[in-house]
Order: sequence, then structure tokens, then C-alpha cells
Amino acid sequence: MNYQSIRYIIGWVIMITAGLLVFPCIVALIYGEKEGWIFLSCAVAAAILGKFISFKKPQNNQIYAKEGFVIVALSWVILSIIGAVPFYATGAIPSYVDALFETVSGFTTTGASILTEIESLPKSVLFWRSFSHWIGGMGVLVFMLAILPFSGGHNIHLMRAESPGPSVGKLVPRLRSTAKLLYYMYFILTLIELLLLLLFGMPLFDSVCTAFGTAGTGGFGIKNDSMAGYNVCIQNIVTIFMFLFGVNFTFYYLIIAKKWRDAFKMEEVRWYTAIFAGSVILITANVFFAGGDFFVSLKDAAFSVSSIMTTTGFATTDFNLWPTFSKILLVLLMFGGACAGSTGGGIKISRIMLYIKQAKNEIMQSIHTRSIYSVRMEGKPVRGKILQSANAFLIIYILIFAVSLVIVSFDDFGFTTSFTAITATINNIGPGLDMVGPMGNYVQFSDLSKIVMIIDMLVGRLEIFPMLLLVTPATWKK
Amino acid sequence: MNIIIVGCGKVGRALAAQLDEEGHEITLIDSDEEQLREATETLDLMGIIGNGTSYIVQKEAGVETADLLIAVAGMDEVNMLSCLIAKKAGNCRTIARVRNPEYYNEISFIREELGLSMSVNPESASAAEIVKLVQFPSALEVDTFMRGKVNLIRIVVPQDSILDNMKVMDIGQKVSADVLICIVVRNHEVIIPGGGFVIQSGDAISFFTPMNNVRNFMRKVGVNLKPIHNVMIAGGGTLGYYLARELLRARIKVKIIETDRKRCEFLSESLEDAVVICGDATDKQLLLEEGLESADAFTSLTGLDEENIMLSLYANMVSKAKVITKINRISFEEVIADMPIGSVICPKEITSEYIVRYIRAMQNSLGSNVRALYQMIDNRVEALEFMVNSSAKVTGVPLSELKIIDNLLICCIYRQGRVFIPTGKDTININDNVVVVTTHKGLDDINDILRS
Repeated sequence: MNYQSIRYIIGWVIMITAGLLVFPCIVALIYGEKEGWIFLSCAVAAAILGKFISFKKPQNNQIYAKEGFVIVALSWVILSIIGAVPFYATGAIPSYVDALFETVSGFTTTGASILTEIESLPKSVLFWRSFSHWIGGMGVLVFMLAILPFSGGHNIHLMRAESPGPSVGKLVPRLRSTAKLLYYMYFILTLIELLLLLLFGMPLFDSVCTAFGTAGTGGFGIKNDSMAGYNVCIQNIVTIFMFLFGVNFTFYYLIIAKKWRDAFKMEEVRWYTAIFAGSVILITANVFFAGGDFFVSLKDAAFSVSSIMTTTGFATTDFNLWPTFSKILLVLLMFGGACAGSTGGGIKISRIMLYIKQAKNEIMQSIHTRSIYSVRMEGKPVRGKILQSANAFLIIYILIFAVSLVIVSFDDFGFTTSFTAITATINNIGPGLDMVGPMGNYVQFSDLSKIVMIIDMLVGRLEIFPMLLLVTPATWKK
Repeated sequence: MNIIIVGCGKVGRALAAQLDEEGHEITLIDSDEEQLREATETLDLMGIIGNGTSYIVQKEAGVETADLLIAVAGMDEVNMLSCLIAKKAGNCRTIARVRNPEYYNEISFIREELGLSMSVNPESASAAEIVKLVQFPSALEVDTFMRGKVNLIRIVVPQDSILDNMKVMDIGQKVSADVLICIVVRNHEVIIPGGGFVIQSGDAISFFTPMNNVRNFMRKVGVNLKPIHNVMIAGGGTLGYYLARELLRARIKVKIIETDRKRCEFLSESLEDAVVICGDATDKQLLLEEGLESADAFTSLTGLDEENIMLSLYANMVSKAKVITKINRISFEEVIADMPIGSVICPKEITSEYIVRYIRAMQNSLGSNVRALYQMIDNRVEALEFMVNSSAKVTGVPLSELKIIDNLLICCIYRQGRVFIPTGKDTININDNVVVVTTHKGLDDINDILRS
């Protein structure tokens, strides 16, 4: 274990957190809010702490997969702990556990809230909530790799541990260029959405927060009714952009590199689009025949499917009131999630594809016992190691899910609420059904349940292994 | 530059590490996934799994926008074909490793027809390095600069030498002018000495001096100068063959010991004047019988590193011969450094060094001004030859007044066909060639020597 490097990088993460805290100060300055001082003092304190921790450079900066996991997991925990302080200190959220829940929900781009009354909160606090989505979407360590000149090839482990998907690769030979490129695409897409929202009449502050929430596939709204109060055009724009941010960013890279054919050939993006289209058609039909207006049904179905599939969690309507078929479909979509290499959560389409293909092979193997099949993705055979870790992922995922569900069940809120609460947090979605539906929230849960859900959100965002390694004693043994 | 390397073996990886450090963007192609995974986890580069000779794989690696493709896979044919395809697909420059003597003998034709920018033969390059060492038997390392007009030679200061306890700045007066000591290695520590540095016996010093002064200086220092008349070569592989051929050309007697009878026959057929002995080079009796004790030089070039080290240790014990050891994998260099096995030759390092040198020169045409680059002492020190053009900010000022970065020495200047070792009063002029020695890496312009 290279403790020196871990300490050093964590120190830098804290300093970057301090830098991020400056943005809400600016917002406070614009709107003349006194909360700005609290953000500023948090930023200064974090900067001093970070500088102190990272003061001494490590002699040996070689890190391996293990250190990569630990650094990422620790960074996210520390990031959340620091990020929660302003919520608590400004008095916006009186309980620290609640503040932590809200922050983790922000950084992990979940969007599950414990706040009942949002609109009366100071603008700087609302901004910080939404901004945390934007940072958490692409990842704080990827951000760090993009802006700081850390040398060496070992840092690929940091990106692997933070970026979602069964196998994380680079877009270009240099890690730093890859990280920069990712943030560049992320920034441009966010900016386009922001401009479109402004164009269709959304106020500036709302547009910025909504763009952040969409880009990170987070889902914190700044209105009590989420997106329902905005006009249809704005809702449709958000639908489209939620979908776009759920696409694997390699797709956009191929587009930029003018490899159109390769881009549109991406198997995962095709599956993702097909699942999206299929679900929208089914839910529209279901809601329409249950007595809804066709165009309203289509718009709300598209919005909800996009919101749930990409694990954003915005809402234009209370899908709690939809027929059972639609609700079940949405819950299933929660598990699938978005593409690997996007800002979305869930199990990821590429893993689902691997599972289905393996299942198919297993069946064929039972028929032709001597046959040899290989699993292919994007036309290339998938290595056994990747399949193995994808399968292990699913098993551990189910185990964690089960344990969490049992703990939350002590609160006795009924099956639907408990089950969808865990589903919505571990998959980084936000709203579930019943009490935690789009118009409900998480405030009623006990502190124990909230802590379990905090862990679930982190586990879901970092795809299990980093968090698991952090608490495995063998990691820390010499 | 965008560089594609085909083959993720030792050389491929060493090259990737070196070029990565120098700021190039590297894409590595290899069909061995495990090797590639290891490389991508330790170096900042992109790995592409596949056959380097495949057009589609090369395209995926970005051959169309690459500046250079280096083929250092295990097989010559693969290397040549990779380069040919890259040339046609991406019109980039290409470098191939070609080691089979049958191809290498007609390399100029192959190079021409395949459009190769450069070809490297590790064994023949190593043979050339060994020949240099044989010419100056007391030197640990010999590098030439300025088209061979000046040498950088590394020796160990012998006991009771005149240099013992002498300040560097006094050497010019007391021993010989036109000598500049630029690197001292003492207890594994690399020092770029200033004028006040005191040399002690046992130090390994590297010095610059013009060709005609080498023998004179070495004699004064007390280094053995007995010329080498006969060389014993243990191991008649490709390197042994090239070495014997070069030595015979220089009229030095050669005795090759090789186990394989067929190989012996080939060697005796192709090397007319060599004495070829079919026997086991690790047989002590055989070595003594064949006159190891009276050999002027002994080179151990068998395929096994351990065997080579043992043989060299033994040769060092029983004879006064100049010992040269071939080692393929320098992974325990700290251990080897303390062993009395003479000069160490590593064909893979030499290969990557040759290629890096070419790439630096290639950058020259793209804006960098490095004409030659030598890496010494486990790559801890670099000697660079710069071209001075009108953009240089070091011209016209006496050297003693230039603000030069630490651990850097200006060693010699080539001006209008004449090489001289500068003093503090000399100035650098436009169109000079300047050699500097430094522990800093990645300099590519003469202006980089100034403190910023």
C-alpha cells in the first residue's frame, strides 16, 4: 500500500473541493446572500487542510489497482463529508446526517432529496446542490487528472476506479488528454443545453441548475414540483439531453473524430436507443389506453423513461399514479441504467448485454454440449476476466441490495416504498414509488436507513469495488 | 509526435517508456493481451490488441495521423510488413528492427524498396559498440560525437594515478590540455563536476577529448594502453558472428567457442580467418586449453545472462583480458554494477537508444535542434549535440557569463571543421555545433540550457 501517494492525492482532492466551493460564493455574491460567507469559510478551511495534507510530495508515485480503488473511494467519502458542511452550517438542513444524505445524493448524481420545501432555500445553497451533480457526473478524480499534471501511467487506475462500465479505456494515448477531452465534451454538451433552455424562456438561474442536473444525470430540481411547472418545449429539451448524457461518451469522441460510421455502429448505443424507444411506446400506449391524452402521455412517457433510464430522476408528472404495467417497466429500467462511460448510473446497458449474451450461450451450450461459444461486444470477443468481474459485480450488487433492503425494512414503510427506495439510491436515480415517488421524499426514514442509503449511493456510483475494498481489512494489511 | 510501436516486448516497452517521458503520444500494438495490459498500467499510452501487420489494426491505432511507426516485434518479416503497410496506409516514417543477417546483408535494398526511414539490427549495433571498446581496451564506454572528431570515453581512475586528489580545473595545466571531465560516478552517485571538484582514484570518469589526444591522455593518467591483438568470443550466435566479422576486418585475431556443430560449420564457412572451436564455453578446461589466460579480450555472448556473468567473472579471475559481457535483461543492474565483469553490452538497450537518437534527430527537422543524443550510466546522464541557429539566445556571450542550469556542462564546440573544448572566455556562435552533458532529461533546444 502506497500510503504516501494516497495521502498526497487525497490532499489534492480536498483542495479541488475547496476550489469548487468558490462557485457558490460567486452565486451568493450575485444574489447578495449572506450564506456566501459560510461557503467562503468552508472553502478556505478546506484549502488549508488540503494544502497541509498534500504538503510533502511522495517519493514513490507508483500506484496500482488497489491504491486506485482506495483513493477513489476515500476521495468520494471525504468530498461528501466536506460538501455537506455548508448545508449544515447555513442552517438549510438542520441535521448533519440529512445534510450528508443530500450531498452524497448530489455527488453520486442520485437526486434523492430529504428536503420538503426547496423553493425557499437560498440560491447559493440550491446552486451547490445542482453543481455537485455536475462534478459527480464525470467524476472529481477525472477532473483532477484533467487539470493537474500528474505524471506516469499508473494514474489510469484512478480513472478506471471512478469511471463507470465493465472495461474503461482511453480515448487518446495520454490519460490527461483523455480526461480533458471527456470534460471538454461534457462542458460543451452542458453549454448547448443551457443555451437552449434560455432560448425557450427558462430563467438563467433555473437553466444553470437544470443543465447541471441533466448533465450529471442527477435530478435535483430547484422547484418543489421538479420539472412539471415548465413549458412543454423545456420539458422536451430536458428529455433529449437526459438521453444524450446517458450515451457512452466514446460515441461523441467518434463523432468529433469524424468516424460517423463507427459511432453509429456502437452496439451499446444501439441497444440503449432500442430499449428507450420500446419503453416509450409501451408506456405511452399503456397510459393512453388508461384514459390519458395521447400527446401528453407521449411527452410524459418519453420524459419519464429518459429520466429513469439515464438515472436522472427529474419528473414532469407523478408516475406513481400510472397503471401498474408502466410502473413495473420503470422499476425494471431503473436497474438497467444508462450506457457505460456516460454520466448515468445503474447496472449499465453493456453489462446487461453481457449477461444476456452469456445466458444465450449457456442455453446453446446445453443443446450442443461440445460447442464453444464466445461472448462478443462491438464485434470483438470479450475476455474471460471482464465477464468474470461483470458477473461478480451482479452477485455482489444483489447481496448489497438484499442487506440494505432488510435494514430499511425496520422503518416499516411497506414493500413498494422500501424496495424502490433502495433501487432508486443504489442505481443513483432519485425518485422511486409510493412514499419516495417523484412528489415524495426521503425525510421520513430513520438515520440508520439514511446512512445505509448513503452507502448504497456511493456503492452504486463507484460500481461497488472501490467502496468494498475500502472496508476490506486485507487491503490495509502490510 | 504521434508514434505507433508494433511489438510490446522488452525493446517496445523500453522505447515506449523513453518516448513517453519525452512527451510523445504512444500507441502500442501487440497481440498478447496480457503484455499489453501490463504496459498500459505502468505507462501512459494506449494499447491496441491485434496483429501489427493488419491494416485495420493499424488504422485503429491511428496510422493515418501518426508521424512514425516503429516495428520491433519478434520476427523480421512481421516488422518489415508492418512498416510497408504503414507506409502505404499512413505515409508515415517507419523504423524496422531487422536482425536476420540474411536480410541485413541486403538491407539497403530492403530499406529503399519498403521505404524504411531506418532499420536497426540489435546484434550488428552491439557488435559495433564492442569493436569500439576493443579499440580502447581500458575504456568502459566509448561514444563519438561530431562525426567521429571527438570522443567521450569512460575510464576508471587507477590507483596511484596522477589524477588522484587533483582538482578538475588543474588538469589542463598539469596533465593535458584539451581534456574535459564531464561525468564522475562515485559510489553509484552521478556527479557533473565543477572546476573545484577533486578526483579520487576509483572514480569512473567520462571525458571529452579530440581523437588524437586520447592515447596521450590515457597514458599520462596511467591507464593500460596495450593494444588488443586477439579476442576470444564465447557464443557464436548472431552477435558473435557480426563481432567476429568486424574484428577480422580490423585485423584482430578471433577465436569463437560455440557448442552447436552446425553453427560452427556455418561460422567457419562464412568467417574465413576465424578459429572456430566446437565445444562448451562453460567448460573450464576448454577455456584454459584455448588460452583464455593469454587472451587480450574475452567476450561472453551466449544466450544466457547467468552463464555470461559467470564466464566473465571467471575470465576476470584467471586472465588480464579486457572482459565484455552481453546481458539481455538488465533488471538487476544494481547487482551487476558491483561485479567485476567488465563492460556490459545490452543489445536491447542499444536498439532503443539508436531509435531514440533517430527520433530526436527527426524532431530536428520538425523544430528541435538535437543532432545526436547519447544516454549514459543507466540513462541517468545525457550527452546532446545541438545545432546553434539564429534563434539561439546563447550566442556572443562568454560562457562564464551565461546563466546555465545546474548539472550541465558545455563540453565541446565544433566550428568550421575544428573541434575545441571551450573555456570560460569562449563564446558560442551561430552555426556552431555544441555538445552538452547533463542529468536533465528531454532538452531539445540549445536555449533549454539557460536558467528560465
